[in-house]
Amino acid sequence: MNIKYIKANLGFGLLRLCALIVGVIIFAILYDIASKGVGKITWEFLFSMPKNGMTEGGIFPAIIGTIFVTAITALLAIPLGMGCAIYLNEYANDNIITRLIRMSIRNLSGVPSIVYGLFGVVLFVQAMRLGTSVISSGFTLGLMTLPWTVTASEEALKNVPNSYRQGALALGATKWQAIRTNVLPYAVGGMLTGTILGLARAAGETAPILFTGVAFYLPFLPKSLSSQFMALPYHLYIMSTQHHSINQVRPIAYGTALVLVVLVFVMNLFAVILRYRLRKFKRD
Amino acid sequence: MRDSLVKSDLVKIKVENLNFYYTGVKVLKNITIEIKKNLVTGIIGPSGCGKSTFLRTLNRMNDVVLGAKAEGKILIDGKNIYALDVDVVAIRRKVGMVFQKSNPFPKSIFDNVAYGLRINGIKDKNYITQKIEKSLQDAALWKEVKDRLNKSAFDLSGGQQQRLCIARALAVEPQVLLMDEPASALDPTATAKIEELIQRLKEKYTIVIVTHNMQQAARISDHTAFFMQGVIIEHGLTKKIFTKPVNKITEDYITGRFG
Ligand SMILES: Nc1ncnc2c1ncn2[C@@H]1O[C@H](COP(=O)(O)OP(=O)(O)O)[C@@H](O)[C@H]1O
Ligand SMILES: [Mg+2]
Repeated sequence: MNIKYIKANLGFGLLRLCALIVGVIIFAILYDIASKGVGKITWEFLFSMPKNGMTEGGIFPAIIGTIFVTAITALLAIPLGMGCAIYLNEYANDNIITRLIRMSIRNLSGVPSIVYGLFGVVLFVQAMRLGTSVISSGFTLGLMTLPWTVTASEEALKNVPNSYRQGALALGATKWQAIRTNVLPYAVGGMLTGTILGLARAAGETAPILFTGVAFYLPFLPKSLSSQFMALPYHLYIMSTQHHSINQVRPIAYGTALVLVVLVFVMNLFAVILRYRLRKFKRD
Repeated sequence: MRDSLVKSDLVKIKVENLNFYYTGVKVLKNITIEIKKNLVTGIIGPSGCGKSTFLRTLNRMNDVVLGAKAEGKILIDGKNIYALDVDVVAIRRKVGMVFQKSNPFPKSIFDNVAYGLRINGIKDKNYITQKIEKSLQDAALWKEVKDRLNKSAFDLSGGQQQRLCIARALAVEPQVLLMDEPASALDPTATAKIEELIQRLKEKYTIVIVTHNMQQAARISDHTAFFMQGVIIEHGLTKKIFTKPVNKITEDYITGRFG
């Protein structure tokens, strides 16, 4: 065996080890959460209010709160992000300003979520007088999701062949008609795929909702956009670090974690399926 | 040179002193030419000489190119399509275009042909259905696809796809049809079909076709214009250009001494 051969094998082995380690870690985390949380999952746990200072009862308001706030996040991030991407990709000239905008958007995805939280307090809670509410939190998470939506949407638009645009224009379509009828239908799936991944991340965030609307303990459901709300990630945080009898509520924390993980997993799965179905549709 | 053109023919398009620039680079220089109604005008010339650019000035498809600028006049039925008050969308409906690489949309055969009708606001289902049959017949494709109109256009062969694109262009009832090397990606059989089709289409349409294939130009076009480096070197009856060219460069080009 020569030295080159040994080296190649060693390299391959190392890479495989890396992959293995990552796989084991992920599996260990999921196993830990699932094994300790699954016993807690009952109809009662999923669909009832917390009771007795959150030492008993369920997590229904946290589930509803997370769904509610994520819906608002989507409502802000999807139209604004897609609109921005359509402008950048279809209308904007390639000049310094456009490049600057694009660069800023890419960099926004690297801003820590706590910074978005503080920004949300200043803009939504205070300046726009929306108060600490589910809408303030939703908008804050929406801002955080925007870079994902814009970037994914731009990629999706770039993947639509130019010949579709030209073909439509040559038949007497206006530019907007060409985009609406012969570009967007083929991009929207890709746009949504990236957006859903962004939303899944947002659904699991604590910092951006911390000062903007999430509540510690509310044994009822949010009634309007200006209500405060409970949310799964924050509930989990409280149950695992802030509760007065942490050991007693540990199973609730694990149950909450499992529900959150499943929720995020389902969203990601949805995005993967969407992407897979789109692939069948594309050509060359 | 003018007297070499058939004088009795009606002029459909009249190009006068056209200059064209891509971000300051002049690629068409002082083009003046008359394109006759219901005839096939072939555009030949070495690659990069401005054939496609010229074709795309005729339906203002170059407008979408950033930094593109046209000077001079192009009169279609006597009206300057570069005048300020012109509706570009209306011009593109009147002057249809078939691209070099066939570009069916990822829709059914039916929806491909219906596309131009629908974006132009036509909703009448009966009319659309009839128009699609007619257009596909005119494009010599009806017999091959009439039983699978709802199948994807991507399932068609290359030659069929190109004829589908021709049908799609015909559906919006243009008067002029621009074709940019429509057969360059096709095999000889499919090419022959397209050439045959062009001969029939000229009864109804004025056709301008770019080709880099000398034999093809000689076979299908009534008039030929020879472009080089953005200039028309010679234009006139195809027969004359190919048998007794006036210009030495034309002769060299058509006899294949460069290209
Ligand atoms: N979109 C464009 N931007 C800048 N230059 C272009 C563009 N399209 C074509 N050109 C240039 O214009 C000249 C003519 O091109 P074209 O009309 O495509 O030639 P042909 O069709 O005869 O091969 C070439 O030099 C080409 O490089
Ligand atoms: Mg060309």
